[in-house]
Amino acid sequence: MTRKFLLGTTVAIVVLGVLFVEAAPAWAQAVAPKTSVKVDGEYGPFMPPDVSVHGHKVDQLINLLHWFMGILFVGWGIFFVYCLIRFRQRPGHKASCELIKAKPSKYAEICVAIFEAVILLGFSIPIWASVKNDIPPPTDNPVRIRVVAEQFAWNFHYPGADGKFGRVDPKLIDTATNPLGLDRTKDGADDIFSLEMHIPVGRPVICEISSKDVIHSFFLPVMRVKQDAIPGMRIPVWFQAAKTGTYEVACAQLCGNNHYSMRALMYIQEPAAFEKWLAEKSKPAEEFQD
Amino acid sequence: MSGGHHDHHHDHAHHPELSFWRKYLFSVDHKTIGIQYALTALVFLFLGFCLMMMMRWQLAYPGKVMPVIGNLFGEGNMPGGVMLPEFYNALGAMHGTIMVFLGVVPMLVGGFGNYVMPLQIGAPDMSFPKINMASYWAFFVGGVVMLISFFVPGGAANSGWTSYAPLSVLATRGQTFWLLGMVFLITSSLLGSVNFIVTIIQLRAKGLDFFRLPFFVWAQFVTAFLLLLAFPPLEGAAVLQLMDRLAGTSFFMPEGLVVSGVPQAYAGGGSPLLWQHLFWFLAHPEVYVLILPAMGIVAEVIANNTRKPLWGYRPMVYSLIFLGFMSFIVWAHHMFMTGMGTKISAFFATTTMIISIPSVIILTALVISLYRGCIRFNVPMLFALAFLPMFAIGGLTGLPLGLPASDIHLHDTYYVIGHFHYVVAPGTIFAIFAGIYHWYPKVTGRTLNSALGKIHFFLSFVFINVVFMPMFFQGMAGVSRRLYDQTMYAHGDAVQSLTRMSSWGAWMLGLSQLPFILNFFMSLAAGRKVNQNPWEATTLEWAAPSPPPHGNFATVPVVYRGPYEYSVPGTQKDFFPQHLATEA
Repeated sequence: MTRKFLLGTTVAIVVLGVLFVEAAPAWAQAVAPKTSVKVDGEYGPFMPPDVSVHGHKVDQLINLLHWFMGILFVGWGIFFVYCLIRFRQRPGHKASCELIKAKPSKYAEICVAIFEAVILLGFSIPIWASVKNDIPPPTDNPVRIRVVAEQFAWNFHYPGADGKFGRVDPKLIDTATNPLGLDRTKDGADDIFSLEMHIPVGRPVICEISSKDVIHSFFLPVMRVKQDAIPGMRIPVWFQAAKTGTYEVACAQLCGNNHYSMRALMYIQEPAAFEKWLAEKSKPAEEFQD
Repeated sequence: MSGGHHDHHHDHAHHPELSFWRKYLFSVDHKTIGIQYALTALVFLFLGFCLMMMMRWQLAYPGKVMPVIGNLFGEGNMPGGVMLPEFYNALGAMHGTIMVFLGVVPMLVGGFGNYVMPLQIGAPDMSFPKINMASYWAFFVGGVVMLISFFVPGGAANSGWTSYAPLSVLATRGQTFWLLGMVFLITSSLLGSVNFIVTIIQLRAKGLDFFRLPFFVWAQFVTAFLLLLAFPPLEGAAVLQLMDRLAGTSFFMPEGLVVSGVPQAYAGGGSPLLWQHLFWFLAHPEVYVLILPAMGIVAEVIANNTRKPLWGYRPMVYSLIFLGFMSFIVWAHHMFMTGMGTKISAFFATTTMIISIPSVIILTALVISLYRGCIRFNVPMLFALAFLPMFAIGGLTGLPLGLPASDIHLHDTYYVIGHFHYVVAPGTIFAIFAGIYHWYPKVTGRTLNSALGKIHFFLSFVFINVVFMPMFFQGMAGVSRRLYDQTMYAHGDAVQSLTRMSSWGAWMLGLSQLPFILNFFMSLAAGRKVNQNPWEATTLEWAAPSPPPHGNFATVPVVYRGPYEYSVPGTQKDFFPQHLATEA
């Protein structure tokens, strides 16, 4: 029985190993995307590239957790396998019903609890507070963008030269000429609208996330940013790019039939190039050409 | 199996043998109802698995014609054999719904709970046999409504098993059927849970005090409270969503919605987040409904096959109760990305970390129970042992998701899919298999074939890991869940080979179930006949004949000792059943 079990386990592990090895070369190589616009960075089976200022904190936490999980699982697994072999049924071996004083298990449990407390208080809560809550003040000269999700596109709305967003009203929405329902009088006169996201490198960006129809989720994999876009709510999220390049904006929440194709591009540019883009976009002739 | 019910109904005016249908179809015997639940649930588990295998084709080979069966699903779903996104979304939503509400819960609670629990407490039946029957038929109607929804215009519900508003309120007609079906299923669970609680409190055999209850009964007891307290909010929420869809209310609809350029006629004032709160207030305790009875089964099988008492029975019971309480205050960790501030997210992250401790205690106790045992590697034990590392992976990978900061990147990615499937697929489903192999002799008087069982186990163990392990890597790569075609994204395209590997694993896993299906039916007729206690177990169900007759026990059992008196020093045999005053 035991021999069969060991044999079976071995076979299982070998098969598993072969399957993984077979797939390994495919893992290693980064495949060119199918979509027409090439994005920057190498992508594979681990974390995507990080081009943000704060993203490394999230990555650090994820790494730390996986080391902890790995150590715990391996240590636990060794004891588990030891028990299976040492205490297998065999002639002459009997179970002992004596109470075991398992102090180590108590210590292990206390260690797990302490580790969780440390990771929670020392890492997760401060990171969350800085990433999600500590929105940079106006003195930091942030770029402000309203991100409006709809089935199945991302709209990026910039306040224009006056730095003030115009009023939006669902009644003014016209899918062809005014997808956001922007009031073009007063503050809205110089507002900029785009289907691509342009941001400068080195300046904080505050995105106010909202939705016109259903719940979407604004996901910037390379920025370690994710925020649900909920109709009726306007939720700010901020980040700062550390590197120029072209990257993806993804939708992370099921939003309907074409959820899978709700992809936009994020262009991280040098400040001068970004200003130039803004200036071009604000020319009246090019209004709503996207 | 149960599909013929309507025809029989018409028949019984003409046939005198009304009692036959009373005996096998509209039975009030907990064992018959348990079997009905278990068989129906197995059919639904298989169906849910099939839906998933179809989804895996689209994921592995997006936009390619599905071979062999591609043309069977009609132009509305798969024109030319290529799956449409709406059909993919419907399959996804229904896979989740069927597996959770029509497969696993009915199997664990309705099947195992109904059949085994009254036997383990030495009761002749449940406290309310007719409510028990009503519970099964409400479940059955709920299941039929869900199945019908595949054939209504627009197909089945396609807004995910979570049915987030406003998407679900705006969705096609299938969603209405989903909500109606849920109302029946929830009603069924409520009827069942009341019955379980009363039965466990009232009908325990003489001498069977609470700390002599088998761990499985404790698990059912706590589970029944979770069902009783967590389901009503979802039932309410389902009715509210139904009103939003049918009566033009706007409980979950904010003002100013514009869909495809068309302003919606909802009055507004509702909140999409309200739905999420109500849903997860049920659905997180529901996670523990999926896992606690599974732990109960595993504990029974491990105690029996290590030939020694469970280590830390009392701490395990306390952990179970604590888990039950805590599961009501962790729900918003599913909602970290909805714009939560630091304080609220810190609260839910803290409760989430706290709830991991009792799970660790139960798992540790089960592993330490192996120490100094005499481990028999029979088929139920193999599944129960495999449960432990698989549940450990599922539990550990919950950590980065339960901490809001790491959840930012991993939320709603394949990492989540991998995480909860490790808990419920190689976790709960393996426990279900352990339970089937363990109690099959009690139900039928025959054992399942052990060689076929081992083939079933090893193949399932390998392939289930091939299915789910790659998902962690995909999730870290940032691939969102519920994507019809992940190759749209550069980060998705880069790990498409992992998706393909996962799909092949799923299809092989499907094939690996053939030995089980074969075994299950063949052993009914040709399995080795066994006595009433083939595993030499101590708990009360093994004191009844196999299969137990109506009323269960030949003589009313009296309990003299704890549930797991194995290898007691000074006894002849290595097991001392609960109902024996002295060793026979």
